[in-house]
Amino acid sequence: MPKIKLPTKSPRIDMTPMVDTFAVILTFLMLTATMRQTEPATVDTPFSISEKPTPDFNTMTFLIAADGKVFMNMDNGPDTAFKFRPKILEEMGNRYGLEFSDAEKREFEKFPSSMGVPIMQMKQFLAGKSSKERDPFQVGIPADSLDNQLAMWILCARQVNPNIQASIKGDSKTPFPAVKKVLDNLQDKKINKFMLVTSLEAAEINLEEIQQ
Amino acid sequence: MAEIIQEEKGKGGKKKAKKHPPHIDMTPMVDLMCLLITFFMLTTAFAKAKVMEIVLPEKIENPDEQRSAVAESRNVNIILGPDNRLFWYPGAVKPEEYNNNIFPPLQELDYSATGVRQLLLDKNKTLARKIAEFRDKVTRGELVLTQDSILGSIKKLKSDDDTGPFVQIKAYKEANYGNFVDILDEMNICGIGRYMFVDITWYEEKMVEIATGKTAIASAK
Repeated sequence: MPKIKLPTKSPRIDMTPMVDTFAVILTFLMLTATMRQTEPATVDTPFSISEKPTPDFNTMTFLIAADGKVFMNMDNGPDTAFKFRPKILEEMGNRYGLEFSDAEKREFEKFPSSMGVPIMQMKQFLAGKSSKERDPFQVGIPADSLDNQLAMWILCARQVNPNIQASIKGDSKTPFPAVKKVLDNLQDKKINKFMLVTSLEAAEINLEEIQQ
Repeated sequence: MAEIIQEEKGKGGKKKAKKHPPHIDMTPMVDLMCLLITFFMLTTAFAKAKVMEIVLPEKIENPDEQRSAVAESRNVNIILGPDNRLFWYPGAVKPEEYNNNIFPPLQELDYSATGVRQLLLDKNKTLARKIAEFRDKVTRGELVLTQDSILGSIKKLKSDDDTGPFVQIKAYKEANYGNFVDILDEMNICGIGRYMFVDITWYEEKMVEIATGKTAIASAK
Protein backbone atom coordinates (compact mmCIF):
# COMPACT_ATOMS: atom_id res chain seq x y z
CA MET A 1 0.00 0.00 0.00
CA PRO A 2 1.49 3.24 -0.99
CA LYS A 3 1.44 5.81 1.64
CA ILE A 4 -0.68 8.81 0.94
CA LYS A 5 1.56 11.77 1.26
CA LEU A 6 -0.19 14.80 2.50
CA PRO A 7 1.02 18.03 1.02
CA THR A 8 3.18 19.73 3.61
CA LYS A 9 1.96 23.19 4.28
CA SER A 10 4.02 25.90 5.80
CA PRO A 11 2.63 26.51 9.31
CA ARG A 12 1.30 29.90 8.60
CA ILE A 13 -1.64 31.31 10.54
CA ASP A 14 -3.89 33.66 8.72
CA MET A 15 -3.82 36.86 10.71
CA THR A 16 -6.50 38.67 8.74
CA PRO A 17 -9.52 37.87 11.00
CA MET A 18 -7.46 38.80 14.03
CA VAL A 19 -6.55 42.11 12.48
CA ASP A 20 -10.21 42.69 11.66
CA THR A 21 -11.27 42.08 15.25
CA PHE A 22 -8.57 44.33 16.59
CA ALA A 23 -9.55 47.05 14.17
CA VAL A 24 -13.14 46.90 15.38
CA ILE A 25 -12.12 47.06 19.05
CA LEU A 26 -9.71 49.88 18.32
CA THR A 27 -12.32 51.91 16.48
CA PHE A 28 -14.80 51.36 19.29
CA LEU A 29 -12.31 52.47 21.93
CA MET A 30 -11.27 55.50 19.94
CA LEU A 31 -14.84 56.64 19.47
CA THR A 32 -15.93 56.13 23.05
CA ALA A 33 -12.74 57.39 24.63
CA THR A 34 -12.85 60.17 27.12
CA MET A 35 -9.37 60.73 28.31
CA ARG A 36 -8.74 60.10 31.93
CA GLN A 37 -7.56 63.25 33.58
CA THR A 38 -4.44 63.19 35.61
CA GLU A 39 -5.27 64.79 38.89
CA PRO A 40 -2.68 66.62 40.97
CA ALA A 41 -3.42 64.32 43.87
CA THR A 42 -4.60 60.75 43.86
CA VAL A 43 -8.00 60.42 45.42
CA ASP A 44 -9.79 57.20 46.31
CA THR A 45 -13.42 58.17 46.28
CA PRO A 46 -15.69 56.44 48.80
CA PHE A 47 -18.37 54.05 47.66
CA SER A 48 -22.09 54.62 47.51
CA ILE A 49 -25.14 53.07 45.90
CA SER A 50 -25.99 56.21 43.99
CA GLU A 51 -26.40 55.62 40.26
CA LYS A 52 -26.59 59.20 39.16
CA PRO A 53 -23.84 59.99 36.67
CA THR A 54 -21.70 63.10 36.97
CA PRO A 55 -23.06 65.93 34.86
CA ASP A 56 -20.91 66.95 31.90
CA PHE A 57 -21.27 70.69 32.18
CA ASN A 58 -21.86 73.48 34.63
CA THR A 59 -19.93 71.93 37.44
CA MET A 60 -17.10 73.03 39.62
CA THR A 61 -15.33 70.17 41.27
CA PHE A 62 -13.45 70.51 44.50
CA LEU A 63 -10.81 67.89 44.87
CA ILE A 64 -9.89 67.40 48.49
CA ALA A 65 -6.79 65.30 48.91
CA ALA A 66 -6.13 63.09 51.90
CA ASP A 67 -3.74 65.71 53.32
CA GLY A 68 -6.43 68.38 53.20
CA LYS A 69 -5.18 70.29 50.15
CA VAL A 70 -7.98 71.70 48.04
CA PHE A 71 -7.90 71.77 44.27
CA MET A 72 -10.55 73.15 41.99
CA ASN A 73 -11.68 72.38 38.48
CA MET A 74 -14.48 73.82 36.39
CA ASP A 75 -15.70 73.09 32.91
CA ASN A 76 -15.67 75.41 29.98
CA GLY A 77 -19.42 75.42 29.51
CA PRO A 78 -21.75 73.32 27.34
CA ASP A 79 -20.42 75.04 24.23
CA THR A 80 -16.87 76.04 23.35
CA ALA A 81 -18.13 79.54 22.64
CA PHE A 82 -18.90 80.13 26.31
CA LYS A 83 -15.26 80.08 27.38
CA PHE A 84 -16.08 80.07 31.07
CA ARG A 85 -12.61 79.13 32.24
CA PRO A 86 -10.72 82.14 30.85
CA LYS A 87 -13.52 84.42 32.02
CA ILE A 88 -13.29 83.06 35.53
CA LEU A 89 -9.53 83.61 35.52
CA GLU A 90 -9.97 87.15 34.25
CA GLU A 91 -12.50 87.86 36.99
CA MET A 92 -10.10 86.44 39.57
CA GLY A 93 -7.34 88.64 38.15
CA ASN A 94 -9.51 91.72 38.50
CA ARG A 95 -10.07 91.05 42.16
CA TYR A 96 -6.42 90.50 42.96
CA GLY A 97 -5.09 93.25 40.67
CA LEU A 98 -3.52 90.92 38.16
CA GLU A 99 -3.69 91.30 34.42
CA PHE A 100 -3.65 88.04 32.51
CA SER A 101 -2.61 88.08 28.87
CA ASP A 102 -4.58 86.28 26.18
CA ALA A 103 -1.90 83.62 25.95
CA GLU A 104 -2.12 82.99 29.68
CA LYS A 105 -5.87 82.75 29.53
CA ARG A 106 -5.66 80.30 26.69
CA GLU A 107 -3.16 78.28 28.69
CA PHE A 108 -5.57 78.21 31.64
CA GLU A 109 -8.42 77.17 29.39
CA LYS A 110 -6.40 74.27 28.07
CA PHE A 111 -5.17 73.05 31.43
CA PRO A 112 -6.90 69.69 31.68
CA SER A 113 -7.06 68.90 35.35
CA SER A 114 -7.74 70.44 38.73
CA MET A 115 -5.59 73.33 39.82
CA GLY A 116 -4.56 74.32 43.29
CA VAL A 117 -2.35 77.33 42.73
CA PRO A 118 -2.35 80.46 44.88
CA ILE A 119 -3.44 83.27 42.60
CA MET A 120 -0.21 85.21 43.05
CA GLN A 121 1.77 82.32 41.56
CA MET A 122 -0.71 81.75 38.76
CA LYS A 123 1.41 83.57 36.17
CA GLN A 124 4.51 81.49 36.85
CA PHE A 125 2.34 78.39 36.90
CA LEU A 126 0.85 79.13 33.49
CA ALA A 127 4.29 79.97 32.08
CA GLY A 128 5.44 76.45 32.91
CA LYS A 129 5.87 74.29 29.84
CA SER A 130 5.57 70.81 31.29
CA SER A 131 3.90 69.20 34.25
CA LYS A 132 7.36 68.94 35.79
CA GLU A 133 7.67 72.71 35.83
CA ARG A 134 4.08 73.21 36.92
CA ASP A 135 3.66 70.67 39.67
CA PRO A 136 5.65 72.57 42.34
CA PHE A 137 3.02 75.33 42.19
CA GLN A 138 0.17 72.91 42.90
CA VAL A 139 0.10 73.45 46.64
CA GLY A 140 -3.65 73.72 47.12
CA ILE A 141 -5.87 76.79 47.08
CA PRO A 142 -5.42 78.89 50.22
CA ALA A 143 -8.64 78.85 52.19
CA ASP A 144 -7.81 80.29 55.59
CA SER A 145 -9.71 83.26 56.90
CA LEU A 146 -6.89 85.75 56.23
CA ASP A 147 -6.53 84.94 52.57
CA ASN A 148 -9.58 83.05 51.43
CA GLN A 149 -8.94 82.56 47.74
CA LEU A 150 -11.21 79.52 47.65
CA ALA A 151 -14.22 81.69 48.48
CA MET A 152 -13.15 84.12 45.76
CA TRP A 153 -12.88 81.35 43.17
CA ILE A 154 -16.38 80.19 44.09
CA LEU A 155 -17.69 83.72 43.83
CA CYS A 156 -16.07 84.32 40.43
CA ALA A 157 -17.21 80.98 39.07
CA ARG A 158 -20.76 81.74 40.13
CA GLN A 159 -20.59 85.21 38.63
CA VAL A 160 -19.40 83.96 35.26
CA ASN A 161 -21.65 80.90 35.19
CA PRO A 162 -24.77 81.29 37.34
CA ASN A 163 -25.88 77.70 36.66
CA ILE A 164 -22.74 76.19 38.07
CA GLN A 165 -23.17 73.34 40.54
CA ALA A 166 -20.70 72.27 43.16
CA SER A 167 -19.41 68.76 43.38
CA ILE A 168 -16.99 67.47 45.93
CA LYS A 169 -14.49 64.75 45.27
CA GLY A 170 -12.77 63.74 48.43
CA ASP A 171 -10.51 60.91 49.46
CA SER A 172 -12.16 58.58 51.93
CA LYS A 173 -9.31 59.28 54.34
CA THR A 174 -9.60 63.06 54.18
CA PRO A 175 -10.12 64.40 57.70
CA PHE A 176 -13.59 65.80 58.02
CA PRO A 177 -12.63 69.36 59.07
CA ALA A 178 -10.93 69.85 55.67
CA VAL A 179 -14.17 68.93 53.93
CA LYS A 180 -16.17 71.03 56.35
CA LYS A 181 -14.05 74.06 55.45
CA VAL A 182 -14.99 73.71 51.78
CA LEU A 183 -18.65 73.09 52.66
CA ASP A 184 -18.66 76.18 54.87
CA ASN A 185 -17.16 78.29 52.12
CA LEU A 186 -19.80 77.09 49.70
CA GLN A 187 -22.59 77.68 52.19
CA ASP A 188 -21.34 81.20 52.80
CA LYS A 189 -21.92 81.77 49.11
CA LYS A 190 -25.46 80.36 49.49
CA ILE A 191 -24.78 77.04 47.81
CA ASN A 192 -26.58 74.42 49.85
CA LYS A 193 -26.82 71.63 47.31
CA PHE A 194 -23.78 69.52 46.64
CA MET A 195 -22.89 66.48 44.68
CA LEU A 196 -20.48 64.07 46.26
CA VAL A 197 -18.45 62.09 43.77
CA THR A 198 -18.48 58.41 44.64
CA SER A 199 -17.80 55.06 43.07
CA LEU A 200 -20.63 52.66 42.53
CA GLU A 201 -21.16 49.83 44.96
CA ALA A 202 -23.99 47.36 45.06
CA ALA A 203 -26.08 47.12 48.20
CA GLU A 204 -29.39 45.41 48.29
CA ILE A 205 -31.91 45.07 51.02
CA ASN A 206 -34.88 42.92 50.42
CA LEU A 207 -38.32 42.62 51.89
CA GLU A 208 -37.53 39.61 54.09
CA GLU A 209 -34.71 41.41 55.80
CA ILE A 210 -37.06 44.16 56.94
CA GLN A 211 -39.79 41.81 58.03
CA GLN A 212 -37.46 39.89 60.29
CA MET B 1 -7.27 30.56 -12.57
CA ALA B 2 -3.77 31.54 -11.70
CA GLU B 3 -2.92 28.04 -10.58
CA ILE B 4 -4.11 26.45 -13.80
CA ILE B 5 -1.91 28.72 -15.84
CA GLN B 6 1.03 27.86 -13.62
CA GLU B 7 0.53 24.15 -14.13
CA GLU B 8 0.39 24.50 -17.85
CA LYS B 9 3.62 26.40 -17.86
CA GLY B 10 5.19 23.72 -15.73
CA LYS B 11 4.27 21.10 -18.29
CA GLY B 12 5.84 23.14 -20.95
CA GLY B 13 9.20 22.40 -19.40
CA LYS B 14 10.12 26.04 -18.85
CA LYS B 15 11.90 26.54 -15.60
CA LYS B 16 10.38 29.37 -13.69
CA ALA B 17 10.23 30.18 -10.02
CA LYS B 18 6.92 29.07 -8.57
CA LYS B 19 4.67 32.02 -8.06
CA HIS B 20 3.24 32.25 -4.59
CA PRO B 21 0.01 34.06 -3.99
CA PRO B 22 1.01 37.45 -2.59
CA HIS B 23 1.07 36.93 1.14
CA ILE B 24 1.36 39.96 3.36
CA ASP B 25 2.83 39.39 6.76
CA MET B 26 0.22 40.73 9.17
CA THR B 27 2.21 40.25 12.35
CA PRO B 28 3.63 43.80 12.65
CA MET B 29 0.15 45.18 12.06
CA VAL B 30 -1.26 42.98 14.80
CA ASP B 31 1.51 44.10 17.11
CA LEU B 32 0.78 47.71 16.42
CA MET B 33 -2.94 47.27 16.99
CA CYS B 34 -2.33 45.46 20.25
CA LEU B 35 -0.23 48.37 21.37
CA LEU B 36 -2.86 50.94 20.41
CA ILE B 37 -5.64 48.99 22.09
CA THR B 38 -3.63 48.70 25.27
CA PHE B 39 -2.94 52.43 25.19
CA PHE B 40 -6.59 53.32 24.73
CA MET B 41 -7.77 50.88 27.37
CA LEU B 42 -5.41 52.35 29.91
CA THR B 43 -6.16 55.98 29.19
CA THR B 44 -9.91 55.70 28.83
CA ALA B 45 -12.11 56.48 31.78
CA PHE B 46 -14.74 53.86 31.17
CA ALA B 47 -17.02 54.02 34.13
CA LYS B 48 -18.10 57.55 34.73
CA ALA B 49 -17.95 58.54 38.34
CA LYS B 50 -21.29 58.64 40.10
CA VAL B 51 -22.53 61.46 42.26
CA MET B 52 -24.64 61.51 45.36
CA GLU B 53 -26.69 64.60 45.94
CA ILE B 54 -26.96 66.15 49.35
CA VAL B 55 -28.66 69.29 50.51
CA LEU B 56 -27.39 70.89 53.67
CA PRO B 57 -29.65 73.01 55.84
CA GLU B 58 -29.23 76.70 55.24
CA LYS B 59 -27.09 78.55 57.69
CA ILE B 60 -29.25 80.35 60.16
CA GLU B 61 -28.16 83.96 60.26
CA ASN B 62 -30.56 84.92 62.97
CA PRO B 63 -30.25 82.38 65.80
CA ASP B 64 -33.44 83.60 67.45
CA GLU B 65 -35.51 82.21 64.62
CA GLN B 66 -37.20 79.09 65.81
CA ARG B 67 -36.78 75.91 63.85
CA SER B 68 -39.84 73.82 63.28
CA ALA B 69 -40.26 71.53 66.22
CA VAL B 70 -39.92 67.81 65.67
CA ALA B 71 -41.21 65.25 68.09
CA GLU B 72 -38.23 64.40 70.23
CA SER B 73 -39.06 60.72 70.37
CA ARG B 74 -38.43 60.43 66.66
CA ASN B 75 -35.00 62.01 66.91
CA VAL B 76 -31.98 59.86 66.19
CA ASN B 77 -28.60 61.50 66.60
CA ILE B 78 -25.78 59.78 64.81
CA ILE B 79 -22.27 60.94 65.59
CA LEU B 80 -19.30 60.04 63.43
CA GLY B 81 -16.48 59.37 65.83
CA PRO B 82 -12.71 59.03 65.50
CA ASP B 83 -11.06 55.83 64.14
CA ASN B 84 -14.13 54.91 62.04
CA ARG B 85 -16.28 54.52 65.14
CA LEU B 86 -19.90 55.43 65.16
CA PHE B 87 -22.19 56.46 68.01
CA TRP B 88 -25.81 57.27 68.44
CA TYR B 89 -28.26 58.45 71.05
CA PRO B 90 -32.01 58.98 70.82
CA GLY B 91 -33.89 62.15 71.58
CA ALA B 92 -32.04 65.28 72.57
CA VAL B 93 -29.98 66.60 75.44
CA LYS B 94 -31.84 69.26 77.36
CA PRO B 95 -30.08 72.49 78.36
CA GLU B 96 -30.57 71.82 82.07
CA GLU B 97 -28.82 68.48 81.58
CA TYR B 98 -25.71 69.61 79.77
CA ASN B 99 -25.36 72.73 81.85
CA ASN B 100 -25.12 70.49 84.89
CA ASN B 101 -22.68 68.17 83.16
CA ILE B 102 -25.10 65.31 82.88
CA PHE B 103 -24.52 63.61 79.58
CA PRO B 104 -26.57 60.68 78.34
CA PRO B 105 -24.31 57.77 77.35
CA LEU B 106 -23.66 57.13 73.69
CA GLN B 107 -24.32 53.74 72.18
CA GLU B 108 -21.71 52.40 69.83
CA LEU B 109 -22.59 51.22 66.33
CA ASP B 110 -20.61 50.17 63.32
CA TYR B 111 -20.97 50.68 59.59
CA SER B 112 -21.86 47.07 58.86
CA ALA B 113 -25.24 45.70 57.80
CA THR B 114 -25.89 44.50 61.34
CA GLY B 115 -24.92 47.80 62.93
CA VAL B 116 -26.32 51.10 61.85
CA ARG B 117 -28.41 49.58 59.07
CA GLN B 118 -30.24 47.35 61.52
CA LEU B 119 -31.00 50.30 63.77
CA LEU B 120 -32.22 52.51 60.95
CA LEU B 121 -34.34 49.81 59.35
CA ASP B 122 -35.82 49.06 62.73
CA LYS B 123 -36.79 52.69 63.27
CA ASN B 124 -37.89 53.13 59.70
CA LYS B 125 -39.88 49.89 59.34
CA THR B 126 -43.07 51.23 57.84
CA LEU B 127 -41.46 53.40 55.22
CA ALA B 128 -38.75 50.90 54.33
CA ARG B 129 -41.38 48.21 53.81
CA LYS B 130 -43.43 50.50 51.59
CA ILE B 131 -40.39 51.29 49.46
CA ALA B 132 -39.28 47.67 49.28
CA GLU B 133 -42.77 46.54 48.29
CA PHE B 134 -42.88 49.21 45.62
CA ARG B 135 -39.50 48.13 44.24
CA ASP B 136 -40.63 44.51 44.37
CA LYS B 137 -43.69 45.32 42.28
CA VAL B 138 -41.51 47.04 39.70
CA THR B 139 -39.05 44.15 39.45
CA ARG B 140 -41.90 41.65 39.16
CA GLY B 141 -43.29 43.69 36.31
CA GLU B 142 -46.61 44.54 37.93
CA LEU B 143 -45.85 48.20 37.53
CA VAL B 144 -44.23 49.46 34.40
CA LEU B 145 -42.60 52.80 35.01
CA THR B 146 -39.66 54.74 33.73
CA GLN B 147 -36.60 55.14 35.93
CA ASP B 148 -37.51 58.78 36.59
CA SER B 149 -41.02 58.05 37.78
CA ILE B 150 -39.73 55.23 39.99
CA LEU B 151 -37.42 57.67 41.71
CA GLY B 152 -40.20 60.24 41.87
CA SER B 153 -42.60 57.78 43.48
CA ILE B 154 -40.02 56.80 46.07
CA LYS B 155 -39.39 60.45 46.82
CA LYS B 156 -43.12 60.94 47.31
CA LEU B 157 -43.33 57.93 49.62
CA LYS B 158 -40.52 59.46 51.66
CA SER B 159 -42.04 62.92 51.93
CA ASP B 160 -45.50 61.56 52.79
CA ASP B 161 -44.12 59.43 55.56
CA ASP B 162 -44.70 60.56 59.12
CA THR B 163 -43.56 57.53 61.10
CA GLY B 164 -39.88 57.32 60.30
CA PRO B 165 -37.05 58.71 62.38
CA PHE B 166 -35.63 62.19 62.09
CA VAL B 167 -31.93 61.52 61.74
CA GLN B 168 -29.38 64.16 62.61
CA ILE B 169 -25.86 63.40 61.50
CA LYS B 170 -23.00 65.04 63.27
CA ALA B 171 -19.29 64.69 62.71
CA TYR B 172 -16.70 64.73 65.45
CA LYS B 173 -13.58 66.60 64.40
CA GLU B 174 -11.54 63.42 63.96
CA ALA B 175 -14.01 61.75 61.62
CA ASN B 176 -13.06 61.37 57.98
CA TYR B 177 -14.83 62.05 54.73
CA GLY B 178 -15.35 58.36 53.99
CA ASN B 179 -17.45 58.03 57.14
CA PHE B 180 -19.56 60.97 56.04
CA VAL B 181 -20.31 59.44 52.65
CA ASP B 182 -20.89 56.02 54.22
CA ILE B 183 -23.53 57.33 56.59
CA LEU B 184 -25.30 59.33 53.89
CA ASP B 185 -25.25 56.23 51.74
CA GLU B 186 -26.78 54.28 54.60
CA MET B 187 -29.63 56.83 54.69
CA ASN B 188 -30.30 56.11 51.03
CA ILE B 189 -30.08 52.35 51.49
CA CYS B 190 -32.52 52.38 54.39
CA GLY B 191 -34.81 54.86 52.67
CA ILE B 192 -34.77 57.40 55.47
CA GLY B 193 -37.12 60.20 54.53
CA ARG B 194 -35.83 62.89 56.80
CA TYR B 195 -32.20 63.34 57.64
CA MET B 196 -29.87 66.25 57.85
CA PHE B 197 -26.30 67.04 58.54
CA VAL B 198 -25.80 69.50 61.36
CA ASP B 199 -22.85 70.92 63.23
CA ILE B 200 -21.77 69.06 66.31
CA THR B 201 -22.38 70.83 69.61
CA TRP B 202 -19.85 71.14 72.41
CA TYR B 203 -21.73 68.80 74.70
CA GLU B 204 -21.90 66.15 72.00
CA GLU B 205 -18.16 66.43 71.49
CA LYS B 206 -17.78 65.86 75.19
CA MET B 207 -20.05 62.83 74.97
CA VAL B 208 -17.84 61.37 72.25
CA GLU B 209 -14.77 62.03 74.34
CA ILE B 210 -16.32 60.23 77.28
CA ALA B 211 -17.37 57.31 75.09
CA THR B 212 -13.92 56.94 73.56
CA GLY B 213 -12.25 57.29 76.95
CA LYS B 214 -10.43 60.53 76.10
CA THR B 215 -12.02 62.32 79.02
CA ALA B 216 -12.68 60.41 82.18
CA ILE B 217 -16.25 60.73 83.41
CA ALA B 218 -14.98 62.04 86.73
CA SER B 219 -13.19 64.98 85.14
CA ALA B 220 -16.22 65.82 83.01
CA LYS B 221 -18.36 66.24 86.03
